[in-house]
Amino acid sequence: MSDARSLLPGSRPRAFWPYLLPGLILLIVIILIPLVWNVYLTFTRYRGIRPPQWIGLSNWQELLGDQVFWTSFGNSVAMIVAMVVVPTLLGLLLAAMLFDLIGKKFGGRIASFLRATYYLPQILPAVIAAIVIGWILRPKNGALNQVLEAIGLGALQHNWLGSGDTALVSIMVIMVWVQLGYPVVIFMAALQRVDPELYEAAELDGANWFQRFRAITVGIIRPEIFVVTLTCTIAALKVFGPVYALTRGGPGTSTIVPAYYAYSEFFQSQQVGYGATIATALTVVIAIVSVAFILVQNRMEKEEAR
Amino acid sequence: MSRRGIARRRPSDWVVLAVAIVLGLLIAVPLLLILINSFKSPGDYNSSGPLSLPKELYFDGISAFWNRVDFPLKLWNSFFISGTVAVLAVGLSMLNAFALGIGRIKGRLWIVVLILLANMLPQEVLLYPLYFLFKQVGLYDNPWSVIITFTVIQSAFGTYLLSSVFSTFPKEVLEAAALDGAGRWHVLWRVVFPISRPTLSVLLIFFFIWTWNEFLIPLTFLVSNANQTVPVAITALQGDRLMDVTTTSASALLGLLPTLVFFLIFQRTLTRGITAGAVK
Repeated sequence: MSDARSLLPGSRPRAFWPYLLPGLILLIVIILIPLVWNVYLTFTRYRGIRPPQWIGLSNWQELLGDQVFWTSFGNSVAMIVAMVVVPTLLGLLLAAMLFDLIGKKFGGRIASFLRATYYLPQILPAVIAAIVIGWILRPKNGALNQVLEAIGLGALQHNWLGSGDTALVSIMVIMVWVQLGYPVVIFMAALQRVDPELYEAAELDGANWFQRFRAITVGIIRPEIFVVTLTCTIAALKVFGPVYALTRGGPGTSTIVPAYYAYSEFFQSQQVGYGATIATALTVVIAIVSVAFILVQNRMEKEEAR
Repeated sequence: MSRRGIARRRPSDWVVLAVAIVLGLLIAVPLLLILINSFKSPGDYNSSGPLSLPKELYFDGISAFWNRVDFPLKLWNSFFISGTVAVLAVGLSMLNAFALGIGRIKGRLWIVVLILLANMLPQEVLLYPLYFLFKQVGLYDNPWSVIITFTVIQSAFGTYLLSSVFSTFPKEVLEAAALDGAGRWHVLWRVVFPISRPTLSVLLIFFFIWTWNEFLIPLTFLVSNANQTVPVAITALQGDRLMDVTTTSASALLGLLPTLVFFLIFQRTLTRGITAGAVK
């Protein structure tokens, strides 16, 4: 079996183990042991001082009936809309627009300048991006409220992040702003694989721009669409920084997300066992989503090959 | 670019361009607002609003915040942590990938999947056990707790990427080295390392910026002021009573400036890396 050989003649694969050892030891200490430990904590009552006390499935039972927990997952769905659905759809359209039309008719420089502009918020730490928009949404003398006042729409002034009816939407707007550039950059790179002759042929057949876009573009860059939707969905489920920096989950629980809920159980309520349960539930959801994505992608690729 | 040069522009093309530019402005406006308002006095802001340029350049907001958080110290903390993580994680990725991609160790597929786990997990799931662990060994509130954690997390992605790069390493080069009687350590440092340097430098930049932007773990493990990183220090003071409107703007400006500088320096490498990462 050729598998038993390394790429370096004269060295057996076994001889390479010392190179893997530091990495594996660190992985075990920093990732695997804490992971198992965290799962163990979900079966305990633990307030961080006296040793954990085994309580079986109580935490999990409590979790299933916990309204705050379900609210936090509901808000995760809102984060998925803001970080996956809107940026991916809008990003597809923008990438095609920049690559196809603006790049070809007005020159590549304008297209890449616009791309860089769209990407700008992506480079910031998420908390700083949130603070930038949070500054504009300040209740008392924030830029948005001041501008509304100045153009005679003072009646629309609002405590955007501090009221239950607009706090979640405000955070969603921030996340769209942060996230949009990522799909645009990835899709524009992917579009370079599209053969222009395919387009010209479709154009001769009388297909309009949107038909060509759907039939050719989306088909060819589908792998990138999968990567973007998967990585962004995971990121949306993990959102923490912007919520911590701007609303701490409030007002009430209107902007609470699982990551923040777990954090506050760990370090504010000192309910370590329960916090661990929320974090583990989040991990399970992320694992299910990832596996489902990969299965669907494989099935679609197989159908393609047929 | 079309083969016929720049094609004829129809009126509708101008409309599309206008839409794209307006959207670009919309995205850039928050950053521009932060820029102009950081140099205004609160009085100037209150009398002439957020959209006008400063009447005169006012540096008190920036300098007040700069001194209040001891910004140079926070910059240094972030630099030290991100830089050390970048170097260590690239080194660790290279060692792992050497064993997996070139050594083709038995069970390598499962080992890579296990390592990737480190990158996929939500950090909350590691948070409390690591917090406890670092407290026990005396690394709590010490930059090295964050450095060790992120070295492992970043090198997971690096190992995944480099293993597949190394598994297609030019065979002739390795055979020639083996004929010369070079040992494994020698091959790694004198052959594999120099040839894969371009990939390694992309990883280095990515690890640096990713670590710089991290929030949850530095927030939890670095509690004292003297150890905070830039994003944590700036977030900590939001909503503080002493932060007037333009000082808050200045704090956002100081938070975004370093990453903006990295972006401008490494723009080409980053765009190449982002797209390569997606195709992998």
